[in-house]
Amino acid sequence: MGKVKVVNVSRRFIKDKDTSTLALDNISMEVDDKEFVCFVGPSGCGKTTLLRIISGLDSPDEGEVYLDGIKIESPGPDRGMVFQEYSLFPWKSVADNVIFGPRMRGIKKKDALEEAEKYLELVGLQQFRHSFPYELSGGMKQRVAIARALANEPSVLLMDEPFGALDAQTRNILQQELLDIWKKKHITILFVTHSVDEAVFLADKIVLMSARPGKIKEVINVDLPRPRERTSPEANVLRDRILKSLLKEQNK
Amino acid sequence: MIKKLFQNLSSKSVEIISICSAIILWQLIAVYIVKNQFYLPSFTDVTLAFVELWSKDAKLGLMDLDYQLPVLLVDLIYSLLHFWIGLLSALAIGIPVGMIMGWFRTIDRVVDPLIEIVRPIPPLAWIPFAIIWIGLNPLAAGFLIFIGAVFPIIINTFTGFKSVSRVYVEAAKVLGCNTDRELIRYVALPSALPSIAAGIRIAMGVGWMCLVAAEMFGVSRNGLGYKIWHHYYLHNMDLVLVYMLILGFLGLFIDRVLRYYIDGKLLKWRKGVVI
Ligand SMILES: Nc1ncnc2c1ncn2[C@@H]1O[C@H](COP(=O)(O)OP(=O)(O)OP(=O)(O)O)[C@@H](O)[C@H]1O
Ligand SMILES: [Mg+2]
Repeated sequence: MGKVKVVNVSRRFIKDKDTSTLALDNISMEVDDKEFVCFVGPSGCGKTTLLRIISGLDSPDEGEVYLDGIKIESPGPDRGMVFQEYSLFPWKSVADNVIFGPRMRGIKKKDALEEAEKYLELVGLQQFRHSFPYELSGGMKQRVAIARALANEPSVLLMDEPFGALDAQTRNILQQELLDIWKKKHITILFVTHSVDEAVFLADKIVLMSARPGKIKEVINVDLPRPRERTSPEANVLRDRILKSLLKEQNK
Repeated sequence: MIKKLFQNLSSKSVEIISICSAIILWQLIAVYIVKNQFYLPSFTDVTLAFVELWSKDAKLGLMDLDYQLPVLLVDLIYSLLHFWIGLLSALAIGIPVGMIMGWFRTIDRVVDPLIEIVRPIPPLAWIPFAIIWIGLNPLAAGFLIFIGAVFPIIINTFTGFKSVSRVYVEAAKVLGCNTDRELIRYVALPSALPSIAAGIRIAMGVGWMCLVAAEMFGVSRNGLGYKIWHHYYLHNMDLVLVYMLILGFLGLFIDRVLRYYIDGKLLKWRKGVVI
């Protein structure tokens, strides 16, 4: 199960006595089990902050976040996270990166390595199990990061612009791979992105956010049938609508 | 086999020519320009002195051991003993202290001022206290090397821990690595290892210098450094040079072994990094 509930969450970053940023202003939302939700919004609207609060790395000043009815207080293996920056441990080989989570839960190295093969196969990097991160391309690094997050069998996968640093071609391939993984593993995915294209291709539900203070502006259900066509007329209409709405937000 | 050796040699030909020319130059200057064995012993003088020294025996009297060994070997054993006592204790204390200071902000604030006051005192200034506290034995020389080596190790470990990238710590937390102990063991320590290794190399250099000085100043009655002073009194300048060269080669050798081990084994994940 992976049902996320965000209730009246506010988060203010205080720099000194007079200056502070209200990054999230009274946000409430719900994500259903096995749903794929994309967060889109102008830069600095608090997308990363919200994701970090759900992961437990940050805590809200007001409000609560629940996973399957249990309040989230700290990071836990039930929520995997893929960061925007490359976050693989450079001192560990690909396979050792993937088994990091299972090892922390006390699983024997041999069993964990056997299990890791499954996830490496899922992201198509079995031949690279002994490579170190410096030997991988950007896209391969993010694939390993996804495999590493999945190895903990999380019910929710949090992804903060995971493909932001990749070229368009690699991005498209990884989006497709992610959808395949999502279908196979039956998990909930919360996915932050700058790209409306990406959101329209991936999401069941798109959460549009507005900047300073960060609020939810609109939640759009994407009813396009899967597998999706990137350039179908319906997708174009939807993309157009979201872009206009975002433009208004940025001009404010 | 011989062919391979030859290939190896020819690939290093520039280096070999460089060393050979330096030796020839030294020999020519010593024999034809300086013409005084006391001011500058020639290469052949030094080689002969070395050969002669090798045939002399001395007694190694460590604890209950009592062996008859070449005098050079005895000096070497004493010096390495001093060195390793100092360096190992500096590692045993410096790395944990640096780790704790780097990880816990409050402990850093408590310890840092003390370290900043003690650190600028040159290690050799501790010689009188080393002798009074510990006496004239290998531990006193080891103590001085410890003083010289411990600060570079603390500071580099500290810096390494301070510059652990936040994203690695957060990635580890999300993967279920939550206690300070686990985070230090599995994230901060490996991430800081390059910096710690650099600190150890600096510490070995400083320790090596302290070793010679400590032995010269009479903290020990044995060792390579002590023998330099001893032969200077006896005006055996060729032997002084023999001991100097041995110190140089030994320092080089230890550094190489360490670098081979650390770069080749511990830090092979850093091959992509340019330094
Ligand atoms: N640790 C922090 N300290 C102070 N201010 C912060 C901190 N983290 C975020 N902020 C502020 O909170 C606001 C929201 O930041 P956040 O990183 O969540 O934005 P974002 O939506 O992820 O932006 P982007 O799309 O550019 O990544 C910004 O104005 C930022 O300056
Ligand atoms: Mg962000």
